Amino acid sequence: MAMSPEEIFAHIRDVLEEALGVDEDEVTSEARLVSDLGAESIDFLDIQFRLEKTFSTDDHPFKIEQGELFPENLMDNADWVQDETFTDAGMSMLRERMPHLDLTSFESDRSLAGVADLITVQSLVAFVQGKLNSETSPA
Amino acid sequence: MRWMWIDQIVDFEAGKRMSAVKNVSLAEEHLHDHFAADDRFPAQPLMPASLMIEGMAQTAGILVGAVNGFREKVVLAKIAKAQIESDVTPGSTIRYDATLDRIDEAGAATSGIVLMRRPHDQETWTTIGRVDLMFSHVDHNMAGMSFPEENFVFSENFKTILRTAGLDSLAESEATD
Repeated sequence: MAMSPEEIFAHIRDVLEEALGVDEDEVTSEARLVSDLGAESIDFLDIQFRLEKTFSTDDHPFKIEQGELFPENLMDNADWVQDETFTDAGMSMLRERMPHLDLTSFESDRSLAGVADLITVQSLVAFVQGKLNSETSPA
Repeated sequence: MRWMWIDQIVDFEAGKRMSAVKNVSLAEEHLHDHFAADDRFPAQPLMPASLMIEGMAQTAGILVGAVNGFREKVVLAKIAKAQIESDVTPGSTIRYDATLDRIDEAGAATSGIVLMRRPHDQETWTTIGRVDLMFSHVDHNMAGMSFPEENFVFSENFKTILRTAGLDSLAESEATD
């Protein structure tokens, strides 16, 4: 399914309006899901399900695995987070598993609490774009 | 689930949909409070919309719980949408048609239609609203918290509902697994 970033953004804006009850003008690229749009933990599952429904076609199911879109179970591995701060290994893991997150400004912060604010509307667009591209490109 | 707001399951397709009905009776205490007479208006007993949301949550919750043989503790986590557009008076019957949209390890999403049958027209079901819900499988999502081993969500009362609907095998599935 070829789709421009603008088209993906428009779909994601609809998803967030439905899932979070926010207004259209609140959904900007930079908006953070938790701090700006008021998302709570169950909302992430709601958003995941809605994205799957929105971007699935008969030919290409759009299935998001648990932990693929949003970081989960970060405390399971003591090498990733120590004293509530991401280690070098933790940062590498985020870069590798969450390429849709913009970690530029997070390099100096690295706090466990700050990771939620990495999830922005733009990160959802990047995630969907990356996933659609990988599914349509030849193996 | 001791507080039952459905009377009978009337339709069930495993993993897909469940329908349940609720007969609204003036014998129910809460109808007399909603709305009681005051200085200006006489009493106007109605089924509260909040309890219709609960009725849908119980119908959809059983549909979700049945997917994993009632081993998961299925807890209502979010009312994604709730819209009830008509008053429901005593003598009417409410039907909750719940559809399972998506389920995974973490939880499930359901969509639901609320219908009503008036006492003077037993043939016609009228759509009066919509309730879409999210359920969480709490043992997978509440890191650091522990819950009792037994499934406190699906208690004896709800098994009675399954048995009276002729779904005996479902009612026993938890005990045999």
